[in-house]
Amino acid sequence: MILWIIKRDLLLAMRRRADVLTTLFFFIIVVSLFPLGVGPEMNTLRIMAPGIVWVAALLASMLALGRMFSGDYTDGTLEQMLLSPVSLSALVMGKAIAHWLITGVPLVLIAPVLGIQYDLPAESLMVLTLSLLMGTPVLSLIGAIGAALTLGLRGGGVLVSLLVLPLYVPVLIFGAGAVEASAAGLGFEAHFSLLGAFLLVSVVCSPWATAASLRISMG
Amino acid sequence: MAINWFKYASPATFYFLAGRMIPFFTVVAVLLLLVGLYISFFVAPTDFQQGEAYRIIFIHVPAAWMSMFLYLVMAFWAGIGLAFNTRLSSMVASAIAPTGAMFTFLALWTGAWWGKPMWGAWWVWDARLTSELILLFLYIGFMSLQAAIDDPRRADKAGAIIALVGVVNIPIIYFSVQWWNTLHQGASVSLVQSPKMATAMLTGMLIMALAAWMYSIAMILIRTRSIILERESRAAWVSELKEGVTRS
Repeated sequence: MILWIIKRDLLLAMRRRADVLTTLFFFIIVVSLFPLGVGPEMNTLRIMAPGIVWVAALLASMLALGRMFSGDYTDGTLEQMLLSPVSLSALVMGKAIAHWLITGVPLVLIAPVLGIQYDLPAESLMVLTLSLLMGTPVLSLIGAIGAALTLGLRGGGVLVSLLVLPLYVPVLIFGAGAVEASAAGLGFEAHFSLLGAFLLVSVVCSPWATAASLRISMG
Repeated sequence: MAINWFKYASPATFYFLAGRMIPFFTVVAVLLLLVGLYISFFVAPTDFQQGEAYRIIFIHVPAAWMSMFLYLVMAFWAGIGLAFNTRLSSMVASAIAPTGAMFTFLALWTGAWWGKPMWGAWWVWDARLTSELILLFLYIGFMSLQAAIDDPRRADKAGAIIALVGVVNIPIIYFSVQWWNTLHQGASVSLVQSPKMATAMLTGMLIMALAAWMYSIAMILIRTRSIILERESRAAWVSELKEGVTRS
């Protein structure tokens, strides 16, 4: 069931490739804007790089949340999914994974290139990519709750940012913190353990909360 | 003789019960506030380190306590409302949010006023300040979600989910921020100074905290009554209430 929904969502995304690329380019543009605002000194930029890349990843992942349920909601598919006998949590899990594959993975893949723009050393690049690899699924999972709650509301896009961004804070702290810690020679294992813990907690709790939210939103 | 508590879960009964309780809590709140302010300004000694500016804590600490406590109470009632489908619980939860947000804002504001003379900065990215700020965002998220939904029952339930998710996240956020700060810089400033507080200071603070508590209860009851009237405006007992007012 999970596999089916992932396949379906990926297929839908591949039919509308522009949507996937928009999120990716948004990420690239936001990261590229910072040097223009802050100035081109490499020493400053190198320190700020992990935070900038992570904040941009947060925003990009959040902007794409609207698409997670809204298409299925408008054409009535979501209603049928709620009526179907399979577990709604599993369905939601599949949709969150698909969302991550569509929006999270491209960010992870492009992040090293953006890191080079900021003159990050090779080890930091690796840690940055790994931290994004572990952190972005958490963003999709937490975001699913917000997306489900704001389904069909006026101004849902802005509202979802209010709901979801405060909950992203721990991921941001430890995602960016891992890179800074490794750059400072402190080791990044502790940060990675915590990111892993967030991932496990959100895998367990988020589909359940999202399913409950969907039921409420669909009334 | 058993009291039927469920009787008070009905908005119609609660409306009148709250109406009788509000004067009591208001009077107690005002009295405690007067006593507390008197102690804080005239009885409590000047701090040997911080001078007179420390007196901000008589507002600041109770506000910070209430801000955190009220979020828990709000999430509790919202959760009860979600689990047992009791309308009144959800109404109380919605009534708590503005008061909680107000105390959070007050704690941040007075904290800034205290920080300027003490640390020489209005704002420091200290762990407690940051988590208090995020708490304010959580309150605002809860309120704006409820405001965006027209159907009150859906608003109640959606708010309950986000409040409960927030409660799960509060410890995570709090510890993240704390570790983030200690990882960044060896705590340059800490709120945990407290060199054995004088008894008068402690008494003043506790009385002020009680006053804040009573004020919150009174405010929440008043706001719950308004919400009940708004939502039940079509119920028979509300129209009887209106007629009664015009007749008298």
